[in-house]
Amino acid sequence: MSNVLKDEIASHELPATPMDPAIMAKREEKIQVAMIGLCGCWGCTLSFLDMDAGLLSLLDKINISRASITDIKRIPKRCAIGFVEGGVANDENIETLEHFRENCDILISVGACAVWGGVPAMRNDVELEACFKEAYIDSPTAVPGIKPVIPFHEDLPLITSKVYPCHEVVKMDYFLPGCPPEGEAIFKVLDDLVNGREIDLPTSINRYD
Amino acid sequence: MKTEITLDGKKIQALIGKPLIDVASDHGVYIPSLCYMRGKPCLGTCRVCSVRVNGHVMASCTVPVYEGMEVEVDTPDLVDMRKALVEFLFVEGNHNCPSCEKSGRCELQAVGYETGMMVSRFPYRFPVRTRDHASKYIWLERDRCIFCQRCVEFIRDEETGQKIFSIDKRSTHASIEIDVKLADKMTPKQVKRAADICPVGCIIDKDLGFNKPIGERKYEIKSIKERILKGKTNE
Repeated sequence: MSNVLKDEIASHELPATPMDPAIMAKREEKIQVAMIGLCGCWGCTLSFLDMDAGLLSLLDKINISRASITDIKRIPKRCAIGFVEGGVANDENIETLEHFRENCDILISVGACAVWGGVPAMRNDVELEACFKEAYIDSPTAVPGIKPVIPFHEDLPLITSKVYPCHEVVKMDYFLPGCPPEGEAIFKVLDDLVNGREIDLPTSINRYD
Repeated sequence: MKTEITLDGKKIQALIGKPLIDVASDHGVYIPSLCYMRGKPCLGTCRVCSVRVNGHVMASCTVPVYEGMEVEVDTPDLVDMRKALVEFLFVEGNHNCPSCEKSGRCELQAVGYETGMMVSRFPYRFPVRTRDHASKYIWLERDRCIFCQRCVEFIRDEETGQKIFSIDKRSTHASIEIDVKLADKMTPKQVKRAADICPVGCIIDKDLGFNKPIGERKYEIKSIKERILKGKTNE
């Protein structure tokens, strides 16, 4: 982020032990896949893991670079396929999404939040000020006797006034609705792309909830 | 009296005066719709059943069969047009399937699946519409209403025949209204019917909530397409 202090190091900048060159060389040849979560609940990421054995069948063709499995923050190398979970609700989300757009050939909105804003977008019919008031000032769980404060610091991401679907911020290539989509649906999309087929999600596994 | 019409290039025999949408489904051609209910007078409000008749696009529920009709249903432009109409409905209100009690038995959602909608091509509007919970049995989630007018026409007070639901104002100011006095007189059966014929989660039976687990809900057991092609309505 632009307001990161000079002496701070992000996790992806930390020194790491080099991998076995033979393994690394093999990885280089594979199709790079990444996934990130923005403003969502990470349920779609769990669905990504729900591909289970299906994922194993693809592992000799794909390499998962940035994902919850690897826990690095940024994409280390250009990816062919990027999955994005969650909508855009703060400036850090915008930056991450733009980073993904710049570093992925194909970008896919996964889940209701990425597709149209989802549950976080339920705050779109309320002013941001009212949201903060409800969350921090008039909160029923506020600690009695302590002056309520709306958190504000240069290290904290700035909340956007509305929650936006990903495609209203950057161009998204495909959409996979669901809350979350089944692992089976994510697998179908990934399998189609990896094997060079046009994405064709059958009606039977397309879900909006 | 029967006549010969052309449906997607195929010659078929159809009863003169029968709604085109019914004739199509009797011949295995599914046309999605959100306001039309088989056997009931057509409303023609949602336009999702649009097809091309002799070169003109029209809602197939409003068109009675006549001699020499040439009907196109399954052309790429018409398929996309119907999909666009569904996408339009999704942005016009707040259709938050993950948090909606109607999910799984919602016609709008089911038709969304049938038209292959993944996302709406239009910007989401997130309209602000107040909910109405004044009635004893019915919860009115106004931001889900698609103004199909099914409830307006088909749900009436059993004694007087008066309308219980109505649409107030027009265009972006339009809102679905409920006559609370009449609504409180509704029988449980009538309340259930009102909630059932609502193609979205606007009219909610207060007693129902999330009553069925995922996987066992209406359109998960049998898709809307299968139901319509079997001549069934949503009643």
